[in-house]
Amino acid sequence: MLILTAFIIAALVVVAQIAGQRRAATLAGDEPQSLHSRPIYHGLKSALWTGLVGFSILIVASVVSRQLIDTQLRASLPTDVQGYADIKKDRLISDAKAVGDGDIVSAPLDEGYKTARDALAQDYLGLKTLREWGISIGTVLASLAALFLTYRGIHRESRARNSSERIIRGGLFVSAGIAILTTIGILFSLLGETIKFFSNVPFYKFLFGTHWSPLSGVFEGVVDENTVGAIPLFAGTFMITGIAMLVAVPIGLMAAVYLSDYASPRVRAWAKPLLEILAGIPTVVYGFFAAITVAPLIRGSGEALGLSVASESALAAGFVMGIMIIPFISSLSDDVINAVPQSLRDGSYGLGATKSETITKVVLPAALPGIVSAVLLGISRAVGETMIVVMAAGQGANLTWNPLEAVTTVTVQIVALITGDTEADTAAGPAFALGFTLLCITLILNMFALRIVQKYRMRYE
Amino acid sequence: MNVVTEQEQIANTMIQAKQQSAETQYKIVSKNVDVFYGNKQALSGVTFNAHANEVTSLIGPSGCGKSTFLRCVNRMNDTIPICRVEGEIWIDGQDIHAPELDVVELRARVGMVFQKPNPFPKSIYENIAYGPRIHGLTKDKSELDELVTVCLKRAGLWGEVKDRLEEPGTGLSGGQQQRLCIARAIATQPDVILMDEPCSALDPIATARIEELMHELRENYTIMIVTHSMAQAQRVSQRTAFFHLGELVEYGETEQVFRNPTDERTESYISGRIG
Repeated sequence: MLILTAFIIAALVVVAQIAGQRRAATLAGDEPQSLHSRPIYHGLKSALWTGLVGFSILIVASVVSRQLIDTQLRASLPTDVQGYADIKKDRLISDAKAVGDGDIVSAPLDEGYKTARDALAQDYLGLKTLREWGISIGTVLASLAALFLTYRGIHRESRARNSSERIIRGGLFVSAGIAILTTIGILFSLLGETIKFFSNVPFYKFLFGTHWSPLSGVFEGVVDENTVGAIPLFAGTFMITGIAMLVAVPIGLMAAVYLSDYASPRVRAWAKPLLEILAGIPTVVYGFFAAITVAPLIRGSGEALGLSVASESALAAGFVMGIMIIPFISSLSDDVINAVPQSLRDGSYGLGATKSETITKVVLPAALPGIVSAVLLGISRAVGETMIVVMAAGQGANLTWNPLEAVTTVTVQIVALITGDTEADTAAGPAFALGFTLLCITLILNMFALRIVQKYRMRYE
Repeated sequence: MNVVTEQEQIANTMIQAKQQSAETQYKIVSKNVDVFYGNKQALSGVTFNAHANEVTSLIGPSGCGKSTFLRCVNRMNDTIPICRVEGEIWIDGQDIHAPELDVVELRARVGMVFQKPNPFPKSIYENIAYGPRIHGLTKDKSELDELVTVCLKRAGLWGEVKDRLEEPGTGLSGGQQQRLCIARAIATQPDVILMDEPCSALDPIATARIEELMHELRENYTIMIVTHSMAQAQRVSQRTAFFHLGELVEYGETEQVFRNPTDERTESYISGRIG
């Protein structure tokens, strides 16, 4: 129903565009220059207003009415279920809605529950029909009104071009705003749970504790503050990140240098896209590549040398993560190396420097800020990477310096906490605290990277 | 045996060539130089000789090939993949395309200054020290310091920068940057300096300083300069070569080329009718 309404509004938008354009063209007659704005802008203005009014009312009304229905249902709960616990009331309402929508419902708890549910479902159906009709008719009428008003408002002097530009600007502003607001929203939702967690556990126990086993106190329903030390997780994260960067930075950088300064245009034309495909491989695929291929390989060769290697080692995860990050480093570095002006290279060649001298002594130092920021972005990617480590790094919170042992990372533990079957309240606290800390780390890294890039830009423009 | 005779032969030809050039006093000899960018011919049959300790200007309208020729002299065109150079260029009787010649040494001997000042994003000191370092010209730090000082003095920049050698070279003014580039070029102890429109990005005062500097440098170096300013060519150079559409049209003493050109095209260009 609501989808149909959306289609009707879309059709009205098209009508508005065509009608507005026609009317303006007719008004102009044989003198197109007598119009302030070209007919297409008159049509555009009409279409934009029609769409804007229709779709914004549609969206706002559907969200608000859903809330209203919930409130209404809660208010009209039969008296015999008023004594239910809140969580049971929630379940009753969602079950009633499911019955009303004809969805699959879990078996009712008892007879009273069932009658209450079915009665509520009837109420819900009525409200739902009312809501859909109300919204549909309302929005279509509003759209029509907008269409009519703008159509009537078309005059030779009306500044349709300026107003449609303004509307477009507004639309773009809203899009940018949504992205920013979402980020802020995520931050705050994390912050709320994190603060709740830290009200139970002192933050120094979390940041500096070395024992991680957050669910050991779960049967008492409390978090034991002595078992939520995140040091082993961060140590594991940084060890794997370190190994990954040891792989990614040299290889990525050298690939970038080759692509920008050594490769012939033909090689570059196919090698660069190919390298960027590497960035498009889903991390899940990297993950099982690490777990199924690389880890046994490392284990096998380690045993051949007489070393004991865990089947899930930090080395395997780090190595594969490094391969995953190569295209980031190489692609970003390639861009900054290319941005070093040719005149600097010429200056160096003109003094008799060889290609490698020019690159190591002039080009790379000039591109260094950009390369550093590429590396920082790579690090923040590695710190937040999840799939590879879930599959290849292990679960045990092991505090060790040995890369051949299994370690765990922050992201792996978040996954374990959230996907496990422990009660959400207990598991969420540590998970949110971890997530928040991780976010802070990557945020700081990204900010550093951005600042360095900005400084670098100022130098060459 | 065989090897020895071959080496002797090479040595002999080199000696002969040296004598030849010594007799004629030519520093740079160019014979039938053709340059192609891909399929497009940029220069055809350029033949002329530049004299030692003189400033030779290359003039001509845009796209006439004068910069292309300049870049042949230190083989900078090698860095452009699609560029092909044919013909011979000899410096001090040495064929610069000879297989035994190392392009790195050639470029150390033939310094180049570019159109836009291009100091490295390093300190003033490091800019000058770059060439001597890669060629291993100095034994220790004090010698390098000495060389840097000498080069900056010769480029007329010492007084302005002696207290801030550690500041970035990119922070200097345009004219100072260009003099820094000249200092950087003479730091590898070349005997030829090529300048590709060195003043086109500079204001008249900075230009005057560079021109003054060219007069001074002429005592020790052979200078070849590409310029769009005919007034500059007359002020700084002893000989002038006029290029048009990839050909060398006229070459002679500057005064003669400007006062009494033999070719019609030269006359049209210097009087402003073409170009």
